[in-house]
Amino acid sequence: MIRWLMILLVGLVLGAIVHLSTIILLPLTATRDAYARLTPLAPVNTMTVLAESAPADALMPFMDPAFANAVCRYDLSNGPLKFTAPVSIAYTSVTFYTRRDIAYYAINDRAAGRRVIELELMTSDQRAELPEDEDITAADRLIVESPTTTGLIALRALAPEPGLMPTARAAVQAARCVAEPPQPQSSR
Amino acid sequence: MRLLTGSLLAFLIATLVGLGATYLALTRGGAFGALTIGSWTAFPKTGTIDADPYARAAIARTGRLVTGVGDGVSFTAMRDDKGKPLDGRCDVTVSGITPQARFWTLTLYSTAGNLVANSLNRPGFTSQEIVRRADGTFEIAVTPRAHAGNWLPTGGIERYVLVLRLYDTPVGVSTKAGREVPMPAITTGDCR
Repeated sequence: MIRWLMILLVGLVLGAIVHLSTIILLPLTATRDAYARLTPLAPVNTMTVLAESAPADALMPFMDPAFANAVCRYDLSNGPLKFTAPVSIAYTSVTFYTRRDIAYYAINDRAAGRRVIELELMTSDQRAELPEDEDITAADRLIVESPTTTGLIALRALAPEPGLMPTARAAVQAARCVAEPPQPQSSR
Repeated sequence: MRLLTGSLLAFLIATLVGLGATYLALTRGGAFGALTIGSWTAFPKTGTIDADPYARAAIARTGRLVTGVGDGVSFTAMRDDKGKPLDGRCDVTVSGITPQARFWTLTLYSTAGNLVANSLNRPGFTSQEIVRRADGTFEIAVTPRAHAGNWLPTGGIERYVLVLRLYDTPVGVSTKAGREVPMPAITTGDCR
């Protein structure tokens, strides 16, 4: 009797370990996550406007059809990135995702507080390497630190009614994400 | 020999329990920090860097891009206020008011998260499109057949989910369910 209970107990404890490790390892093995779905469409460090959500073939599940969407699949290994997006008529937001599609930062047009949302994206190391004399706390320079070297920027512009969708799409089309020219290293 | 059969049995139990629990967690969905108001549930913490391992696994498996908390909060309803699963062959009414937000959208999806084709080509409503009563409340008819007022066609599918997204809203990770966050009621009427 005790022997069977022991077997059951050991089995349950090992089962809990199997469960937790599969949950934790699953994101590393996923081949159909949002980043993988966007890889064939979106070149690195370039804004790509996504097609409107249609019932037949959705690129990703649970996309809000009232929004025009554009993504930038970024890679910071060659240096920081500069992101600019004009604010659309109704509501615009920018969300930053890690390589594993975790939303680590999101900002909307009102929080950004001007006509053009301008952000600089860099890794923590690149931020630490910024020259000291530059006033990085200046209000006109919004710096976002990416926890991963690669990831996604998703720009969304709301079309409050279907007739305004072309305007919203034009707004996301005007957004840019470009790698910043490498900083001169010699001055150090 | 007894040790061998014993450990084999323990490993068998471990595999079944472990993978079974993982399968259930991923298909039933779920993460920590659920915010449930009426029939609506949101996981605000899933839209932050602090998303828990269950949320991360679900994000990777479904391939969705969640709403970040600086952007908004996304509430999902799979059942009406009485606990009946939402049925596209029934007349369902979504009525009341929403929490404070600059904009909101209400969208109808299949349970897999795809839009549902319908004759009006209308996947949902935004807060600006909705026709309201004089007191500011609204009523949306989620029905298979044409309906006066705010009609959201179901396309006659058996099961669907409603997603109410609040944009630029104070509702977030620290919100507790209560009187200050009113969500619309969902009631099922006649079924055909």
